[in-house]
Amino acid sequence: MEPVAEYKAEVLARIRAALRDVPDEERPEDVAVTREYVDSHVTGDVVDLFVERVEDYRATVTRVAQADVPAEIARILSARGVENLVVPPGFPEEWLKAYQGLRLSDEPPLTAAELDDSDGVITLAARGIALTGTIVLDAGPGQGRRALSLVPDLHLCLVRASQVVADVPIAIRALDPTRPTTLISGPSATSDIELDRVEGVHGPRTLDVLVVVDS
Amino acid sequence: MRDEAGVNVVWLGSPTFPEAAHTALRDGQLRRNLKHATTTIRDKRLRAVAELDDWETLRLAGSQIKDRVMRHLDEYLLRLEASVTAAGGTVHWARDAEDAKRIVTELVRAKGADEVVKVKSMATQEIGLNEGLDDEGITATETDLAELIVQLADDRPSHILVPAIHRNRTEIRDIFLREMGKHGVPAPDDLTDEPRVLAEAARLHLREKFLRAKVAISGANFACADTGTVGVVESEGNGRMCVTLPETLITLMGIEKVLPSFADLEVFLQLLPRSSTAERMNPYTSLWTGVTPGDGPREFHLILLDNGRTATLADRQGRSALHCIRCSACLNVCPVYERTGGRSYGSVYPGPIGAVLTPQLVGVGTSKHADSLPFASTLCGACYDACPVRIDIPEMLVHLRTKVVDAHRGDRVPKPEAVAMKATKLVFASPRRLALAERLAAVGGRVAGIRGGRWLPGPARKWTAARDVPVPARESFRAWWRKAGR
Repeated sequence: MEPVAEYKAEVLARIRAALRDVPDEERPEDVAVTREYVDSHVTGDVVDLFVERVEDYRATVTRVAQADVPAEIARILSARGVENLVVPPGFPEEWLKAYQGLRLSDEPPLTAAELDDSDGVITLAARGIALTGTIVLDAGPGQGRRALSLVPDLHLCLVRASQVVADVPIAIRALDPTRPTTLISGPSATSDIELDRVEGVHGPRTLDVLVVVDS
Repeated sequence: MRDEAGVNVVWLGSPTFPEAAHTALRDGQLRRNLKHATTTIRDKRLRAVAELDDWETLRLAGSQIKDRVMRHLDEYLLRLEASVTAAGGTVHWARDAEDAKRIVTELVRAKGADEVVKVKSMATQEIGLNEGLDDEGITATETDLAELIVQLADDRPSHILVPAIHRNRTEIRDIFLREMGKHGVPAPDDLTDEPRVLAEAARLHLREKFLRAKVAISGANFACADTGTVGVVESEGNGRMCVTLPETLITLMGIEKVLPSFADLEVFLQLLPRSSTAERMNPYTSLWTGVTPGDGPREFHLILLDNGRTATLADRQGRSALHCIRCSACLNVCPVYERTGGRSYGSVYPGPIGAVLTPQLVGVGTSKHADSLPFASTLCGACYDACPVRIDIPEMLVHLRTKVVDAHRGDRVPKPEAVAMKATKLVFASPRRLALAERLAAVGGRVAGIRGGRWLPGPARKWTAARDVPVPARESFRAWWRKAGR
């Protein structure tokens, strides 16, 4: 249906009537907002902290040198029993050379049912946030559209050490708002039963993270 | 009650808070469940908050950003509408619950769908969307675990963040075993009450619904006016499923959820997770701007809901209730909430924030039930300390109590408090009457002393059912002063 202009006019009129106490000449920026909070709460090494904080969510994190990435990917996928792997467009081909299982390409797009039938997905990331142990995906090359990192039950995510930033404000300022963005902090979880956190509901129940140390 | 007041802001037929609390306090199971859950989360929140040494500055920034938004709400909503439209979305405005339900129903119908999946959303609950869709032959499935528990049990939510907080694991297992099969994939026969196993049952039950759904309905935690970016913060991945898989996404948000800019997320993404689930960051946050070809829904509708918010905005002392980011920290720290539970508040917005928001959304003086809520507090102030956007709930409660009393001044049958206050005024207005009252009180005190009673007789007995009356002094100060001959 088309938006109803009359509803909009009425809501706006009510707002303006409610705000009669606000002087006409006041602009939004005239209402002071402190920005004295810190950009980063991190003092030590950001990559060390990132690893520690991602592990806190019961994800597994492995540090690996660039040259060892293919072997490490193959090792993890084999240990997890992944034989049917979703590979997003733009994922570096050379990193999959040791993996022996089946690859599912998303070109043309896989259906939701096909994603559901896969064993897992491998993606790159846009950024890591050390303090909160967060991975940022923005659907860039090697990450794929959002459904790819959501429907499969295992997500193996590669983050370059150089992509890890210290804290939330720094990460937010570097985001491109026009891209669909997902912040991932550990595997799917819920606190809905007695306010106690348990892992594993609708998103991937296994989150494996490889931190690629640039050599 | 006003016609346009949302059906669920106040549940119809709800008893007043004192009546409901009486029943709830006698429910031992409920009190054990609540004490366990709120104690767990309180300790965790303190630890999460203590990690950030600039927490107070972040709170101040959050409060100031919200203040800026409220004072210029019309401008920010117009900016938001322009940004979302430019990014390929459609923006609708809804004056009240009826408008919003009609818009959603027509959008769902236009897609030829008779079922929708839903992400947990306070705004959709507030307008009674599920019931409204049901009347139109559309089945709405809640996909948040706690919402699913409430929906399957045909129950009412009792907490903003964890609507099934009043249920323990064994009760949840029983609900799943009994109800899941009636609505789709049944729970496995060997279901235990392990939270992990219960979560797995929910995963199996909902997966086919996610994969099949054509239309999803969500709420929004934030919407950035400058970019048109909308955000949903969640844990389970049901939110991601809903905002990613279906072809059409309908997001309903209260008009107060708009933020000036995308950059403001740096404040709220620090404040919200630590205050709500007491985590450094919640598992999943989805941010999307309009539609993205080849990724996610092909159609995006954003509905901006008033439903009593502009009336709240008009009260300068009550306005900041609209700053609420629905973290529920105030519920978890509230001694009254912990003992009576959320359903006693008779509203989708329970706890301290509900006690200030609910009466304002429905209008003070229009509902006996909502008018009882500002009194559901000891004014201890724990809610204000916990609030990540510094809403001064205790002060607002006092303000609303005044409004409630003012709204009932013309009542034909005055409230007992009004009678008591009138009598007090009469006594205090004359030294002679005061002396007489003091002498009577002293006699009463002596009688009570002999009997050992601490209760008042007659209609006042109700007041002393839960309180001891202080025994009046045998002699008043004024009598003693006179006797001492000064």
